[in-house]
Amino acid sequence: MENAVIQEPQISENDLIEKNGFDDHFHDHHHGDKFQSNFITTYIFSQDHKMIGKQFLITGMFWAIIGALMSLVFRLQLGFPEESLAWLKPVLGKWIVVNDAGIGTLAPEFYYALVTMHGTILVFFVLTAGLSGTFSNLLIPLQVGARDMASPLLNMLSYWFFFLAGVIMFVSLFVNTGPFAGGWTAYPPLSALPMASSGSGTGMTLWVLSLVFFVVSVLLGGINYITTVLNLRTKGMSMWRLPLTIWAFFITAIIGLLSFPVLVSAFLLVMFDRGLGTSFFLSEIFIGGQALDHVGGSPVLYQHLFWFLGHPEVYIIILPAMGIVSEVLSVHSRKPIFGYKAMVFSILAIAFLSFIVWAHHMFMSGVNPFISNIFVLFTLIIAVPSAVKVFNWIATLYKGNIRFNPASLFGIGFVSMFISGGLTGIFLGNSAIDIQMHDTYFVVAHFHIVMGVAAFFGMFAGIYHWFPKMYGRFMSDTLGKVHFWGTMIGAYAVFWPMHYIGMAGVPRRYYRFDAFGTFSHFTELNQFITIAAIVTFGFQLLFVINFFYSIWYGKKLTTKNPWKATTLEWTTPIDTGHGNWPGKLPAVERWAYDYSKNEGSDFTPQIVPLSEAEKADASHH
Amino acid sequence: MTFILILISLVLIAIVAVQIGKVSDLTSKIRGEEEVQEINNKKQGLYSFIFLFVFLGGVIVSGAYYQNYFLGFGPHIPASAHGGELDSMFKVTLLLTGIVFIITHILLFYFSFKYSGRRNKRAAYVSHDNKLELIWTGIPAVVMAFLVIKGLDAWNDVMADVSPDEEYMEIEATGYQFAWMLRYPGPDGLIGEKNFRLIDGTNPLGQNWEDTKNLDDIHVDELVLPVGKKVRVRITSRDVLHNFYLPHFRVKMDAVPGMPTYFVFTPTVTTEEYRQQLKDYDEYNIPVNPDDPESPLLWEDFNFELACAELCGKGHFSMRKIVRIVSQEEYDAWISGQASYYDAVIKGTDSDPYKNSEL
Repeated sequence: MENAVIQEPQISENDLIEKNGFDDHFHDHHHGDKFQSNFITTYIFSQDHKMIGKQFLITGMFWAIIGALMSLVFRLQLGFPEESLAWLKPVLGKWIVVNDAGIGTLAPEFYYALVTMHGTILVFFVLTAGLSGTFSNLLIPLQVGARDMASPLLNMLSYWFFFLAGVIMFVSLFVNTGPFAGGWTAYPPLSALPMASSGSGTGMTLWVLSLVFFVVSVLLGGINYITTVLNLRTKGMSMWRLPLTIWAFFITAIIGLLSFPVLVSAFLLVMFDRGLGTSFFLSEIFIGGQALDHVGGSPVLYQHLFWFLGHPEVYIIILPAMGIVSEVLSVHSRKPIFGYKAMVFSILAIAFLSFIVWAHHMFMSGVNPFISNIFVLFTLIIAVPSAVKVFNWIATLYKGNIRFNPASLFGIGFVSMFISGGLTGIFLGNSAIDIQMHDTYFVVAHFHIVMGVAAFFGMFAGIYHWFPKMYGRFMSDTLGKVHFWGTMIGAYAVFWPMHYIGMAGVPRRYYRFDAFGTFSHFTELNQFITIAAIVTFGFQLLFVINFFYSIWYGKKLTTKNPWKATTLEWTTPIDTGHGNWPGKLPAVERWAYDYSKNEGSDFTPQIVPLSEAEKADASHH
Repeated sequence: MTFILILISLVLIAIVAVQIGKVSDLTSKIRGEEEVQEINNKKQGLYSFIFLFVFLGGVIVSGAYYQNYFLGFGPHIPASAHGGELDSMFKVTLLLTGIVFIITHILLFYFSFKYSGRRNKRAAYVSHDNKLELIWTGIPAVVMAFLVIKGLDAWNDVMADVSPDEEYMEIEATGYQFAWMLRYPGPDGLIGEKNFRLIDGTNPLGQNWEDTKNLDDIHVDELVLPVGKKVRVRITSRDVLHNFYLPHFRVKMDAVPGMPTYFVFTPTVTTEEYRQQLKDYDEYNIPVNPDDPESPLLWEDFNFELACAELCGKGHFSMRKIVRIVSQEEYDAWISGQASYYDAVIKGTDSDPYKNSEL
């Protein structure tokens, strides 16, 4: 593929940009580049979108490792409850209780803290900031043909608010009463009352504080993404010529902007209930030997507010992955994405529906059963645009000339995961089945596959695909493929058996299963899952090694466009500087998916003007 | 020491990994990038195809192995009148999603295999096909409409509250950290008022003794119900959210402080009958305690159980109560043997408002 140098179009891309491009006199104004003049402004308080993207990515990787290690600890508890965990005492301290015989057990309150933190960290810090933050930052300016984000300053602040949120969350892991342990959904009254759970004291206060800063980060980033996509598209880049990545990031940012503030309002009211004696979510509670003064509140109200964000949040996680996979599959199949417009409309449909399905998390919460009718209807309708997307991805591979590498493999793996996890959503979205399935391991299997593993696969596809753009070097192909197959098999080995456990009725968030005859049938299966989780984690270390090694020692890029892709980011120099293009901004002449269309080269970059033959063909894009 | 060992092995793995990467880079230099890419495409395409069989095979074999845990399969039959509706919804959904799962996976991995890249080949320029897209939008829409209608039909049926002219018994379950309290109405069939401000050491539910409906209310340790009788469980919580969960009866409902909820169901199988049908399955014919062959077999020891299915704190996993479904006669005998909580604990104490009066 690196022989691409020889096959590049007759007119060089630089000449095309100079000939047709748009001169914004950027470099007349930015002599000396004050934004990247020293170490601090280049690597720390950077205002360059590419560097901010890398910051989001590496911070996200840090949190992914922390979150995964937490899951290994609680998986050890679930798979091997009788084994001593005394060896973890040096790390976990008082949360490992060692008895006289030297057997160490994980304290139940810390088990719940680990489960809570695992969920919070993975959902918000890794799959929101690490995924959307990374790729929106890296790709939006590069793919729409902009010098940078609309507001580089807000963009920088967006990262540092995320960083601050992370610091606070990290600190909360070490407080004396333990981190918050009431589940990532933080339902009151459990989350509101320190006497209900030791983690609901300082731990909860820090948890809320951290997430409020996190929301600030998301909003600052989101405003920027939306503005940039709407206002800074280069000459010729109409909305219908945007790559699907950009559509996905754009719609994701809109969803975030509309839903995250509602989460903050829910958190604010919880804090009022905790600190100011209000009763938004609390009523008629007797706890710790006393009757509380709160009356008239409703815990169900919190759930409405929470899931008004919480449900769109899962699309905030999965849409960017969908966008990345659409792009990656198209580039590496050497084919246009099948049904581009249908893909855009299905993103819009999913985004719209995501706001009116939130109560499907609450079928069994005591809301009027009549209300559930509406939410079942809208929930199952989401299956339609989702199915359209799956069929379109499969059709994109059809008659392709697929170049297999870690990026395209993870793209294909994503489709498999999205199918497997999406289909179980059809069980859960139907309230009648949800009576039995709600809050069992079936749900754990469902959401881990469909938004956990699938989103990770989208992220990996994106990292392997755009790593050359980020660092000017390739990640090792061989290690990437080993990473893929290990993760593909490993992830299914971890999560597929959970369907069976869930169907048998085993509830999630149980510290042990042996209190109940009904739930204690799966000792071997739980051991299997734990071992599979440890092995799968090992394969992720392979990725981390590959990533950091390749930053400094990976194979160097010899050409600007190693994948022979059509989109604008590959017209920038290998070592892309601030402002992205050394001269004029490129002008866009066509949509992003002209693969294998014209004679000769099997791709036609967006900057190449339409040929006479193409102009004659009325059906062109 | 363990830590150092782990660290050393991690470093070694890293070195091995890096070396593998280097070797493959070297091969591609020797053989030419394009040729290496083509060999790689063939290999990975083949692996995808093999994965298809391994994966679908694994799904089918493991599904068959664990089929007795699927809803409505093997011994996993519902023990309530409405449970069958859920289970048949589950089966229909399993069938339809199963078909889609298999077809899409075959296409996905077969195409990956069939269309793996070759140097001398070109992809076809196929950007869309309106007719095809209409079909694969239309079919899921119709299938979903079917599932929505069938599902909601079952849902509204299952969740319907009792009507006043119906015969049913009402009991109350109250969750607290970390157990369930069960209250039966006594001979008057009515559950007395309660107020959380009245809760104290001797009055765990906060029953208002001035309400005479409370005087015959019974507190019990086991959920005992007569078979075939409709029961409405009033579900309440004393502190945080809990969830009243009876897995065998397909019953699940949050217990919300300040807002009583309910679930109506009719047990259809007695505990003894359920044990008898479990007897036929190998996995229930092993001793309860694997180390003690003399201990009772699983089916002999089987009990329906009440659990909590909403995270409620550190003891969430331990809120167990035994559920016993018995014949009407057995039930009558059992309930008549239970003393009312008022008679057993309150009567004649300082908490008793009737202490100095004749009742």
